Amino acid sequence: MASGVKPRVKVPKTAAAGDSITIKTLISHKMESGQRKDGDGNVIPQSIINRFTCDFNGENVVDVEMKAAISTNPYFEFQAMVPEAGEFKFTWYDDDGDVYDTTKKIAIG
Amino acid sequence: MKKLTGILLASTLATPLFAEAVDDTLVLNEEIKMVTRTAAPAHMAEEVDEIISGWHFRGKETRAMQADDFDNPGMIFVEKGEDSWNKVEGSEGKSCASCHGDSASMADVRPVYPKYNEAAGEVRTLEMQVNDCRENQMGAEKLGYTSGSMANMTALLASVSRGKPVNVAIDGPSSATWEAGKELYYARTGQLELSCASCHEANYGNMIRADHLSQGQINGFPTYRLKNTKLNSVHARFKGCVRDTRAQTYKPGSAEFVALELYVASRGNGLSVEGPSVRN
Repeated sequence: MASGVKPRVKVPKTAAAGDSITIKTLISHKMESGQRKDGDGNVIPQSIINRFTCDFNGENVVDVEMKAAISTNPYFEFQAMVPEAGEFKFTWYDDDGDVYDTTKKIAIG
Repeated sequence: MKKLTGILLASTLATPLFAEAVDDTLVLNEEIKMVTRTAAPAHMAEEVDEIISGWHFRGKETRAMQADDFDNPGMIFVEKGEDSWNKVEGSEGKSCASCHGDSASMADVRPVYPKYNEAAGEVRTLEMQVNDCRENQMGAEKLGYTSGSMANMTALLASVSRGKPVNVAIDGPSSATWEAGKELYYARTGQLELSCASCHEANYGNMIRADHLSQGQINGFPTYRLKNTKLNSVHARFKGCVRDTRAQTYKPGSAEFVALELYVASRGNGLSVEGPSVRN
């Protein structure tokens, strides 16, 4: 597992049914582009988060494919409509095969 | 019509409105109201009327980024600092928390540093004090003065003090160091013969090519810079500035930079601690 990788998510605790809410996500990751060379001139292999998804009660909300030009600690902010109480699931896929996920519950009220 | 455009253009050039310190209020997490501009402390009142945080000299998006902890990338490093605050290191089997407890209990520390240390008989920066603790209390390796681990630690200590006013002592045993710092602040250096004051006192608010000059306040350090996506410590910033005057720079952690840090910090007495701030 890559070191120092930690997902963070900010979701309101409650929302009115049918309301659009703002979700902020960030994962700390160095996002090594694969374009750089080390002191000896060898290419530092690419190591990035290549995909990010968000699901709500099993239904996909966003699915993002990332490439080498995304900078360190990728941050996504997006809006989602909340039809009912439930759980958001956030998943990040690392080049090295690791998958990081976190969930947030939201209530209607 | 062409003539009219010329007049318009000339008047725009004469009053570069975009370069003024922006009128805005920084409220952290919709909770803590920060003092980002206030009356200048007495020792510099002849030169400057009002002291203004660098926050006012940055763009709207950058300012917003600092106002919310989730959006502030500097907070990632604060979390790392918190991890090392609680991590046992060195021969004594202690962490920072073993003696100091919760990091939040350190809220009164950042605002008064650099500070005179009685036992050592010298003015010490926060970095020097952290390393003193590590070496003599924990029996651990010192951290590099401008290293990432050190910046994480100073970011943590600044973050728990946010909203408290900078209040460094400049009299008594600190006065000799403070005078030395003042001397450096006004000393012109390098091939460009610029002093700190040339840009940050005489020309703040103006543009230096594409850069918007601030007052060079350090209440927001360590600073997360968008250009290098990491925390930048005060001495690293000093070094960058001195280098830009095309001079040989002092070393981070040197007596000269410690004195300069005390003096520059005293120019911000009254502004809220903002670290880790966000700048470009």
